[in-house]
Amino acid sequence: MIKSHSDLEIISLEEKQNTAQYRHRVMCCNSTACLSAGAHGVREAFEASIKREGLEPQVQVVPVGCMGLCSQGPLVAVKSRLPNQETGGKTETLYHSVNPELAETICQEHLANGKAVEAQVLSPELPFFARQQRIVLANAGEINPERIEDYIARGGYQALLQALSTMTPLEVVESIEQSGLRGRGGGGYPTGKKWRMLHEAQAESKYVVANGDEGDPGAYMDRTIMEDDPHRIIEGMTIAAYATGAQQGYLYVRAEYPVAVRRLETAIRQAKRQGLLGNKILDKDFGFSLEVRIGAGAFVCGEETALLASIEGKRGQPVLRPPYPTQRGLWQSPTMINNVETFANISSIIQKGADWFRSIGTDSSKGSKVFALAGKLNHTGLIEVPLGITLRDIVEDMGGGVAKGRNLKAVQTGGPSGGCIPEAYLDTAIDYESLQHLGSIMGSGGFIVMDNDDSMVDIAKFFMEFCRDESCGKCLPCRAGTVQMYQLLDKISKSQASLDDLARLEDLCDMVKHTSLCGLGQTAPNPVLSTLQYFRQEYLDLMTDSPPQVADKAINYEALGEG
Amino acid sequence: MPINLNINEQNLKAQEGETLLTVARREGIPLPTLCFLEGLSVAGSCRLCLVEVEGSSKLQPACALKVTEGLSVKTATERLKRYRKMIVELLFAEGNHVCAVCVSNGNCELQDLAVQMGVDHIRFSYQFPERKVDLSHPLFGFDANRCVLCTRCVRACDEIEGAHTWDVAGRGQSAHIISDMAQPWGSATSCTSCSKCVAVCPVGALFGKGVSVAEMKHQPAVVDFLASARREQNWHKKEEQ
Repeated sequence: MIKSHSDLEIISLEEKQNTAQYRHRVMCCNSTACLSAGAHGVREAFEASIKREGLEPQVQVVPVGCMGLCSQGPLVAVKSRLPNQETGGKTETLYHSVNPELAETICQEHLANGKAVEAQVLSPELPFFARQQRIVLANAGEINPERIEDYIARGGYQALLQALSTMTPLEVVESIEQSGLRGRGGGGYPTGKKWRMLHEAQAESKYVVANGDEGDPGAYMDRTIMEDDPHRIIEGMTIAAYATGAQQGYLYVRAEYPVAVRRLETAIRQAKRQGLLGNKILDKDFGFSLEVRIGAGAFVCGEETALLASIEGKRGQPVLRPPYPTQRGLWQSPTMINNVETFANISSIIQKGADWFRSIGTDSSKGSKVFALAGKLNHTGLIEVPLGITLRDIVEDMGGGVAKGRNLKAVQTGGPSGGCIPEAYLDTAIDYESLQHLGSIMGSGGFIVMDNDDSMVDIAKFFMEFCRDESCGKCLPCRAGTVQMYQLLDKISKSQASLDDLARLEDLCDMVKHTSLCGLGQTAPNPVLSTLQYFRQEYLDLMTDSPPQVADKAINYEALGEG
Repeated sequence: MPINLNINEQNLKAQEGETLLTVARREGIPLPTLCFLEGLSVAGSCRLCLVEVEGSSKLQPACALKVTEGLSVKTATERLKRYRKMIVELLFAEGNHVCAVCVSNGNCELQDLAVQMGVDHIRFSYQFPERKVDLSHPLFGFDANRCVLCTRCVRACDEIEGAHTWDVAGRGQSAHIISDMAQPWGSATSCTSCSKCVAVCPVGALFGKGVSVAEMKHQPAVVDFLASARREQNWHKKEEQ
């Protein structure tokens, strides 16, 4: 049981001594992206050949979290205690595209003889790595996420101890307010303001909930945080519970993330055993318990009121706000919902101070943001960058630009609720307001790059199909509107639509955006609206030349025949 | 506590805690509704009663909007009328609404809405979904083709009768009403055959057996009784006139 600073120090020291006895540590990525590329086999190959070479006392194999450059996985980093002469005095060497054969070579040459396999080495000066600023991903790739000792050795749970022993709950709330942290789930609501609302709510029971129901196509920021550093989320939530007076918390994770669920459950068990969850946390008069709740496959459950309904065991569909969850949430009690990435920022803010956090980012948006780079880029994967970086820096510098001979066309941010930003606006510095101004949103951090081969109508159609399939069906505009919009986009993409259809599509976008009940419906037209704003000509090029037909207005005879 | 508010440039007084819809109905200001029913919980899902609130970019449903001092709303702007008309058109397009063969013809809230909004044709493509008719109950029938998913039956059954026979299954365009665990209505053991769901259905989706085209009469007095009995603690039906 951890009760004091010295208990944390003892674990930390033991852990450091333990790792110091190894000459090399082989950090094998054990995150979902690399696992699907064969990382498990790589780790087994390392273990087998280390055993064969008799290097076991000198080399430790550590399964770690995501190192970011997922497109070139599986990634393996070799960390050496002593600077490696042959590699220019470096202590860390990062290998890309490792397979079991290469693992054996690395073992024979690098681990046994200290000679790096240069052909497969990635330079840490690569802008993809060099321009990152890792706060929430600080431990990803550095620790074994299934060991609480690793987290503690990297300064974990110090923030919780600091908050519990030196700060009042109100001081914690104030410090989060001062930090300027905003919700990382997409909306960008000031986190401190939400905490204050729950802090001030008068109720017998209060809840904090972490939203890990990430569902945007191509986005996996939250999954990575949950898989690679589960204790950081638990620590953030526990601090939140202390600040707001909540006794119970839920981590809502989608069922499609089995690795994240398993690691979070392991982490909760470990934290309980160490007295970091449960009654009398850190021997203080403060208790908090935490449970994982698994979603049932509905995208709409990322919407906070639908998420709460799902936790209660009801049909996952949104309800009207107000009352807001901080007034009446889970089982009618005040409840605060933050995204897991938001919670992952908390411990750093407490430890390093609100001023440190404020120093990163832009005037309105502080701190860093994790983005999942995807699409037609040379380097794709996960990056954490300070807010205020330009879109062009991410695309051309960090992402390495589009393939040779192709032209960059647009960047899609914010997933199905976001929009497409054309090349001309890439010098925009990223923050919540600037992206909104361009007709897109920050969203949870999806970042899809498109080149001149991509049809913007198809992109809009893809996202509309997604929204149609994920609509819960409660309110009419979203339920029926997405169906009609998808059919019109389909018609346009097949060059069967008239200008009349386009006008109808725009009417529907306007109506669905303004009349839908929840965020899913209100933002579903965004991909269409933003592509219409910047790439209208592409739609017009697909129009049939014939003038709108009168018959089309009254009855769709084609559909009648099918019915 | 009485408060002042303004609806369509008209200064009015109301009680704090009342919804805008209650005030508008009392003052005779027309506001279309479909999912709303006095006495049931508020679903806010049909989006027909949306109003423009001064100082807010978001439209608010009148059925859930609590009036506050100084509230100023517009209930019938051109924009709202356009949206409402589209909503009604979309309702017609998504189901199989054929008035000519419907028990509720001439006695149907969806039909009334279409007339009010001046819907003379549907601009959106009909979906012609394949939906089922459940005639397994000895007294009533359920024709999903005519269902508008207002969930009044779900709420009346749960909140007034306490049986919770009805529920919603599926999502998006496949969302549909089920009885018990998607059993035929006739074998739904929770059903008490109280007919409240039939009374509250705004269209002809739920009907009493033995009626033919345009023969079903929704009785507003019955619905009023269902809604007000608990509030007034009076469980005796008033004499029907």
